[in-house]
Amino acid sequence: MISLAGRDILHSWGKFVFTGFGLGLLIGVTLVMAGVYRGMVDDGKALLDNSGADLWVVQRDTLGPYAESSSISDDLYRTVLAMPGVAQAANVTYLTMQVRQGDNDVRAMVVGIIPGDAWGSPGWPPYLVDGRQITRGHYEAVADIAAGFRLGDEITIRRNRYRVVGLTRRMVSSSGDPMVFIPLKDAQEAQFLKDNEAILQNRRRTAANPAFNRPGQPDILDAVNASQANSTSVNAILVRLAPGSDAEAVAQSIRRWKRLTVHTRAEMEDILIGKLIATSSKQIGMFLAILSVVSAAIVAFIIYSLTMDKIREIAVLKLIGTRNRTIAGMILQQALALGAIGFAVGKITATFTAPYFPKYVLLLSQDAITGFMAVLAICALASLIAIRMALKVDPAEAIGG
Amino acid sequence: MTSEGIRIEGLRKRYGEGDTAVDALKHVDMEVAPGEVVGLIGPSGSGKSTLLKSLGAVIDPTAGRMTLGGTVIYDDGWKVTDLRALRRDKIGFVFQAPYLIPFLDVVDNVALLPMLAGHSNAESRERALDLLTALDVHHRAAAMPSQLSGGEQQRVAIARGLINRPPVILADEPTAPLDSERAMAVMRILHEMAKKYQTAIIIVTHDEKIIPTFKRIYHIRDGVTSEEAGEGRPIS
Repeated sequence: MISLAGRDILHSWGKFVFTGFGLGLLIGVTLVMAGVYRGMVDDGKALLDNSGADLWVVQRDTLGPYAESSSISDDLYRTVLAMPGVAQAANVTYLTMQVRQGDNDVRAMVVGIIPGDAWGSPGWPPYLVDGRQITRGHYEAVADIAAGFRLGDEITIRRNRYRVVGLTRRMVSSSGDPMVFIPLKDAQEAQFLKDNEAILQNRRRTAANPAFNRPGQPDILDAVNASQANSTSVNAILVRLAPGSDAEAVAQSIRRWKRLTVHTRAEMEDILIGKLIATSSKQIGMFLAILSVVSAAIVAFIIYSLTMDKIREIAVLKLIGTRNRTIAGMILQQALALGAIGFAVGKITATFTAPYFPKYVLLLSQDAITGFMAVLAICALASLIAIRMALKVDPAEAIGG
Repeated sequence: MTSEGIRIEGLRKRYGEGDTAVDALKHVDMEVAPGEVVGLIGPSGSGKSTLLKSLGAVIDPTAGRMTLGGTVIYDDGWKVTDLRALRRDKIGFVFQAPYLIPFLDVVDNVALLPMLAGHSNAESRERALDLLTALDVHHRAAAMPSQLSGGEQQRVAIARGLINRPPVILADEPTAPLDSERAMAVMRILHEMAKKYQTAIIIVTHDEKIIPTFKRIYHIRDGVTSEEAGEGRPIS
């Protein structure tokens, strides 16, 4: 038996190809949307992987440092380092801001790390694609290449300028913003230091306070002003465990004795994926649902229209003895073929356009397979209306009168 | 007359019930022998289409008896369970317009029926080519219907009607869209095919050009048939 659907498609291939192209663009958008979600999840995992930490020690009762703000003393890392099972501990700050370069600025997550002898500490970029790590205590930066900076570029963060000495890759925040690493002290200043006007205002207020500005004791006022000008806070302490240590046991110990909140890797994944990007994923889920419904409606309309165009032929086919299942099969195969054409166009479109999206779009083969099955299922469902209509065609319509 | 063709006795068809009931066919008697071509003539609303649809097993008559190729197919109710197979295997259709499947080439338009009946593609196409040769359109076997002239399309439609060697062919105004020359050509083909394949052919027509070619004519008026002899004029 010849394939009636195949012959019809070959006969009116232009209609199918152009319709499939239109449907394919819609499917392409759907695949990219799924890729955006996957990219967000991957960004979150990359953030955790690249931090090199097993535990995140943050301000008590917070979900920091990525999902909520967290501020703890930069002295605490020493006591954390002394805890059993802890191999390394490092202070780190995170601040998402606009980093300027000349007249342009880039949204980036500025990460404060301890330079020099803390080489390889948690929080450091695990590898560089060019240049070197930060070795000086001030005014050097390592940037993710997605920021668009090059080696030797001078960038401005708040009031200070930094020289880009190294470039890294896939070091991004959970929002996909590229990271810029700078020395911890500079990062603390950038994050916690007030601007000059505010400092002057604070100094005037302190000087007006007789408790701090006692006659004959100017050192007190100087000491208070100095304490206000220096920041001793960090956002988190990243902990790397000694081999064989149990993450939950160490975390419990730190929670108990240091009265801090400690997140394990699993908890951080839950925070990042389950909480931080939960709203975005729901948003994307809604878009995917709407796009699926729109795709189904389009396929249903197209198949219905194509079937309506063939009402007389269907009546003739039924009159001459064609089985209902042959006619239903023809319509179903056409819907599936349309879906297959649309999926091929959509997949190609998504693959070629994904790199141009500002945020990371991760197209997984597993998603493509799921998407293909979903497209076929949607097309099959969408063809039911046309099939129902075709099966109701009276063969007597082929006979005039 | 032989009973191997088609015999209709007391066929009735009523649409609706009660006060709104309409008797489209009140009493139809017809008999067409194998190899015979008869005309069915009647004004609009006389019941021609209802009769054709009843014969074609696409509507249910109300009462009567129909015998096809020696087999009783209707006797106050269908005697065959698969009307689709009955239409496919026992009845050929030729319409006013050819209604060829536009996405199949000529040979597959004709070969489709045996394929539907379960014959292999190769065998079906071979049979179709034989028939197309007999109808002198074999040279257009690979063409699409849209590439054929009106006469060629009608010949292909006739081939499709004949391909399963049905004992009866129902032709609904097969020459209406054709000029005299082509109409006569189609009639000649139908007569030749009727003789060659011993098929009983009923042609519903208003076409004055072809009416004189019938040897027997059935008139239908207000759902009642009557038979008269035709001129049986030779087809030039």
